[in-house]
Amino acid sequence: MHDSSALLTVRAASVSVGGFSVLQKVDLTVERSEIVSLIGPNGSGKTTLVRLALGLIDPDQGIASRVPGIVIGYVPQLFSVDETLPLTTARLLSMAGGDRAQVEEALAEVGAAHLIRRPIQGLSVGETKRILLARALLRSPDLLVLDEPAAGVDMGGQAEFYGLLGKIRDRTGCGILLISHDLHFVMAATDKVVCLNHHVCCTGAPDAVTRHPEYIALFGPEMATGLAVYAHEHDHHHDISGEAVADDGAENVTDKSGAHNHG
Amino acid sequence: MKFSRMDEFLVRALLGGFGVAIISGPLGSILIWRRMVFYGATLAHAALLGVALSILFRAPTIIGVIIICIIVALLMAAFGRQNKLSQGTLLGIFAHATLAGGIVVLSFASGVRVDLNALLFGDILAVSWNDLIWIYAGGALGLGVLAMIWRHLLAVVIHEDMARVEGTPAALVQFLFMVLVALVIAIAMKIVGILLIVSLLVIPAATARQFARTPESMAGLASIVGLGAVAGGIWASYLADIPAGPGIVLAATFMFGISLLFTIRQHNH
Repeated sequence: MHDSSALLTVRAASVSVGGFSVLQKVDLTVERSEIVSLIGPNGSGKTTLVRLALGLIDPDQGIASRVPGIVIGYVPQLFSVDETLPLTTARLLSMAGGDRAQVEEALAEVGAAHLIRRPIQGLSVGETKRILLARALLRSPDLLVLDEPAAGVDMGGQAEFYGLLGKIRDRTGCGILLISHDLHFVMAATDKVVCLNHHVCCTGAPDAVTRHPEYIALFGPEMATGLAVYAHEHDHHHDISGEAVADDGAENVTDKSGAHNHG
Repeated sequence: MKFSRMDEFLVRALLGGFGVAIISGPLGSILIWRRMVFYGATLAHAALLGVALSILFRAPTIIGVIIICIIVALLMAAFGRQNKLSQGTLLGIFAHATLAGGIVVLSFASGVRVDLNALLFGDILAVSWNDLIWIYAGGALGLGVLAMIWRHLLAVVIHEDMARVEGTPAALVQFLFMVLVALVIAIAMKIVGILLIVSLLVIPAATARQFARTPESMAGLASIVGLGAVAGGIWASYLADIPAGPGIVLAATFMFGISLLFTIRQHNH
């Protein structure tokens, strides 16, 4: 397969959970050597979109597909193993494949070499994220998917963590899809941002997205790094709960910044 | 002469208990790692309905128990997907509905004398050579299947979604695990009875936890603790004339208490 092919394609996918429409006609692609960040308010469907992308759930409508045979490394948001399971970091990682030397190397890459003999239940949230990333790397993934990888990591650690993702991408050429709340880090470390609020509000390069009115509406003008007011045709607004409401009854509330991504 | 006959039924009881203890170690460990203890208890309650239906239709008990356990597990999975009732509520409903159903069905099985007490609390001293064949054949089959799916089961225990993303056939593995639990319930019924089976799964595993450093050593150690509990319980039953099934459970509980003392010592150091 050639380098420009999308590892992951979600097209016009809709998902309902318990009668509630969580995702509406969502598009998402991740290509090789591309870091895609998914941002959006709590409850906007980010984790559902990731589960869809991973093939853990199927769309009610539309498509969610991965290139056949690719290896996926997944770092989940929540990781809680019962206290009664005797499991060290070394064993958890060796289960993903690789001998002792490779396990040590992967842990060293994420700055967690000292955790190798520790029981996993005693690790902090940030430490757990690091060893899970190391575990995902051991599988030599084509696609790395991380659900809030930096949540629970301290501020200094967050910059380092996103820097690490960039290095991994440069070294392995894998595609990376991540969910994040850390907007500043996302903007600095990402090739493409997808702003989600049940539908894709806007998508594109970080600097374009931060100037998009929907992004500003969701996150406030203080989060827009290069605030520039410019005219913009808009077919919907957001009500108080963040729901998209069509202004003119238009079916399509999806607005891609790609259409005006020229600066 | 009388003494040697007594010896023989004691030997059969010990062998039966040992067979169940060996397979219970790893299965019980997984049950507590997955926080599924009450799930196991519910299947055990459902087993009474399986026994009752087997008697009614003159089918082998083990078949009736496994079929009913599979049906109950599938029903609970279906209801669980509705997300309306919590797991605990569902387990409470199914455990007691099937227990009550079992007793009602037993009342229809007229002409067959059923010792309800033995079904509920075990009748290990009545274990026959035929029972031993079932226990060891079923136990060996169970251990074989468990060894085949162990790596996948462990992956599902650690994180189900992560395991699925990495290609583990999670649904199949969990179904097989449930069938294995049903199998152990079916062969262990005679030893400790429906109401005490879960303790034979859980208490040795919880005892082993205090000393184990890997999942496999915990599973193996749990089997050894189970062997000790069976020997201790039957010995106490022989000496003090107490019921053997509850004796085994109390022996296991005693060993669990001792293991806690070791933990407290470790923490104080």
